[in-house]
Amino acid sequence: MRLGRWLTTFGRFWWEFIVGDTPEVALGVAVIVVAGWLIAKSAQAAAVVVVPLAIIALLLASLRRGLRAN
Amino acid sequence: MTGTVLVALAVFGASAVEMVEALTIVMAVGFTRGWRSALEGSALAVLCLAVVVAALGPALIHYVPLNVLRLVVGSLLLVLGLQWLRKAVLRASGYKAKHDEDAIYGREVERLSGVSRSGSRRDATGFVISFKGVFLEGMEVVMIVLTLGLSSGQLGAAAAAAAAAVLVVGGVGVVVARQLSEVPENAMKMGVGLMLVTFGTFWGGEGAGLQWPGVDLALLGLLALYGVTTWVSVTLLTRSRRQLGAAEAA
Repeated sequence: MRLGRWLTTFGRFWWEFIVGDTPEVALGVAVIVVAGWLIAKSAQAAAVVVVPLAIIALLLASLRRGLRAN
Repeated sequence: MTGTVLVALAVFGASAVEMVEALTIVMAVGFTRGWRSALEGSALAVLCLAVVVAALGPALIHYVPLNVLRLVVGSLLLVLGLQWLRKAVLRASGYKAKHDEDAIYGREVERLSGVSRSGSRRDATGFVISFKGVFLEGMEVVMIVLTLGLSSGQLGAAAAAAAAAVLVVGGVGVVVARQLSEVPENAMKMGVGLMLVTFGTFWGGEGAGLQWPGVDLALLGLLALYGVTTWVSVTLLTRSRRQLGAAEAA
């Protein structure tokens, strides 16, 4: 019983830490990392350009969402 | 060399920001419940955090392959850095209220003043609140020390930078007493957010198989790219906020 409560608290801490009120950031990072890995396998030069640009796009999208919320 | 300096700066900045927040709670406890319980709670929390770093750091280095570590760590840094950067840009442009340490201090003092004291010399409420404040704020620092330290192979330097930040913020706290609102917390958060996103991109990319041109020098390029994006975002959002304010006033 106590272990279950501890696991719930532990899981909630990590959920808040990684997802929190910005789920788009966590999801976007996961998508970018997987896409970067796939692109790097066939086009190394393209990957080093695409990944930072995708991160900038994610930041801007998250800011847009933040503006709506505020 | 570039990487080591940036790692130390990022860890120092992140630790300083989190410690300012923790210090607000400790000072509220100290002034209302007594310094003994406040300092003992803080000391125990710092000790627990050091144990977490000492236990997890070497274990992760030995048992997890470097590429996997960098992929996971890079992703975590990216998430954390983007969250910090987003918040800092919204605060800098006026779309989100700034973190007001004075207001938080006032709320904590009010809350703690209403709780009755136990008979013993050590105040249990003050001890627990102080411990929780430092431990929870410090967990984020631990994550940053572990992720930046392990990926760069500079765990010792990262831990030392965090310890230096704790000492500096503690020292400044003693000198400025309750004037924590003077600390340029948002600017620090923005700078650290930029560095976390830079390292996250670099190591997450390496873990995913990317080969950065110029190796460590790519860090400076990424930092500049994200810095310009942040500056443009703050400038444009501040302008739109002013226009919105003028339109509302008219």
